[in-house]
Amino acid sequence: MHLMYFTEQPMSAYPADEGRKFGATALMFSNRFFDPVAGSRLYNEYIEHYRLAEDVGFDGIMLNEHHNAPFCMQAKCNVFASILAATTKRVKIVLLGNPLPLSDNPVRLAEELAMIDMVSRGRLVSGFVRGGGQEQLATGVNPAFNRERFEEAHELIVKAWTEAGPFRWEGTHYQHRVVNPWAVPLQKPHPRVWIPGVLSKETIIWAARKRYPYIALSTAIDATKKIWELYDQVATETGYAGGPEYRGYLQRCHVADTDERAMENARQFMWMQGEFTGLAHPVWSSPSGYFSPSYRSAFVEFAVGRRPNPRGAAFEDQIRDQQIIAGTPKTVIPKLRRLLEETRPSIVGFWGSDGFVKNEDTRRCIKLLGEEVLPAVREMGKELGLWSPFEANAPVSHAFQEPALPAGVA
Amino acid sequence: MSADRVMETLSIAGVALRLGRAGTGPPVLVLHHDIGAPSRMSFHDALASHFTVLAPSHPGYDGSERPEWLRNPRDIAVVYQRLLAALNLGTVSVVGLGFGGWIAAEMATMAPQTIRRLVLVGAMGIKPERGEIADQALLSYLDYARRGFAARSAFDDLFGADPPTSQLEQWDLNREMTFRIAWKPYMYNPTLPHLLGGLSTPSLIVWGRDDRIVPLECGERYAKSLARARLEVVEGAGHFVDMEKPQELAHLVTGFLNET
Repeated sequence: MHLMYFTEQPMSAYPADEGRKFGATALMFSNRFFDPVAGSRLYNEYIEHYRLAEDVGFDGIMLNEHHNAPFCMQAKCNVFASILAATTKRVKIVLLGNPLPLSDNPVRLAEELAMIDMVSRGRLVSGFVRGGGQEQLATGVNPAFNRERFEEAHELIVKAWTEAGPFRWEGTHYQHRVVNPWAVPLQKPHPRVWIPGVLSKETIIWAARKRYPYIALSTAIDATKKIWELYDQVATETGYAGGPEYRGYLQRCHVADTDERAMENARQFMWMQGEFTGLAHPVWSSPSGYFSPSYRSAFVEFAVGRRPNPRGAAFEDQIRDQQIIAGTPKTVIPKLRRLLEETRPSIVGFWGSDGFVKNEDTRRCIKLLGEEVLPAVREMGKELGLWSPFEANAPVSHAFQEPALPAGVA
Repeated sequence: MSADRVMETLSIAGVALRLGRAGTGPPVLVLHHDIGAPSRMSFHDALASHFTVLAPSHPGYDGSERPEWLRNPRDIAVVYQRLLAALNLGTVSVVGLGFGGWIAAEMATMAPQTIRRLVLVGAMGIKPERGEIADQALLSYLDYARRGFAARSAFDDLFGADPPTSQLEQWDLNREMTFRIAWKPYMYNPTLPHLLGGLSTPSLIVWGRDDRIVPLECGERYAKSLARARLEVVEGAGHFVDMEKPQELAHLVTGFLNET
């Protein structure tokens, strides 16, 4: 298995009443409410949490990226990836992921990622995403071309990584006269690419066609099973067998010394959901051209307040469905077993806390996860045959059927 | 009195273009707003009692096919110049409404000899220096459409207080096309004022006093850029002057087009 630690890096020190007054806390909620003193403190706490996660035995640190919102302070995942590249020794640095369409320069991204791969001595997993609806507005890029930009940027980055320069790129959305970055990845043929997502069929199909592992982000178990059905079907059509080494899952999981304490802290997972998917202005999170045409009617109704967010669910429902798991190690382990048995992922991200959970409780959660939960999960993984892409020596992609190894290694 | 309208689909520059034609008299091309055009419009009907009103749906809007290759309003202007050539009606007057006004202005810069007279109503296309053009990316379909009227009742009369999902979907499809071709710079062409300079096409610029989408300042800039232009302001009207004050606008336009 590959077991990762994740946090959204919540900007928990902002005036929540101002957010409620404004009516949304994404995109347009003024950054005059961002206190850099608290921001500085929080960033440094998160760095300590990542160090602790490595110390207690996590295999990887998962990083993401969002803009203009208190729910996530990671405005640039490559920045934190660089920090981890230099300050950690063993863990994989798993970016889930760089929002490709937000960049007007994919070559620059390829360059930065190559640097991170080299500095980390080959520990980068370079995931890519489309970026949320409001990220398009926050960065000024056109949501109507989101998918096209994603696919073209991906193609250009893989080419920059795997083909010697200089070469020219005259694309639809990106034009470069000289692609020749003097930074190439250490891992060959290139760093592994994992694709996180929720329910978008197009993204699942795209990942399966590329033979990139797909990381389901906290979807309900039934929905998750459908994701793997679709992925496996496309895998078969593409010419390989799907299975655990292509499956990842992000699990909200807070562990504490008592079930009561854990439940109390787990409620903080709703802090972000209210802001991100509920309190977030529905218009900004779903700009025209961004969502799948098959969801158009649901999203237009959501955009004018006629329907609740197609993505939301109440706390109690999420506990029942295990989208949120909370308790002592003894309580959470059986629930994780159910996740592994029913959906068979080899990659699991543990999202420990969110919102206003106290620093010491987050640290305690990381420790309990590392010392008691992860060993049990590894045992279950062995028993169930859930070998990670690393353990299985899985190919990097359909196009490059070798596993990713550092340059010079046979 | 509603004029009888004939609908047809023409292939122009490889695009299946939906065109409505009504009335008799000198031809007038009416170019619709970014939100699209409701199927019956009293402004069109009033014009149709004096003119042959040609009302196409822009490529990618309402009933017209969306060409994947089309990238900006100037491309639409080219398509419409081709349409005029295909219709072979001699010179045609063009009335551009809002976003359609930007397209009309671009048409005039390309082949001024094809356009007899030009009317721009609340037209996008020129950057305001003091204010901002309201950004539909930040507003819901309902809020944006409502913002285009001075009086809320005018919106309700036309679209209903609670427009159906099918209307929202069409607004979304139209908005998606608008993003494809006018994302940034948003709703203006920095070169347009320069290209309009020296154009001698007689032009009428009409603005709603309460236009909360495109500032009145843009109307003033249009009037300054065009050599033979005058500005008329309609009281009690917002951005969608044709939908809110159809009779007043028809009267202004008819009078202007009939001038010699």
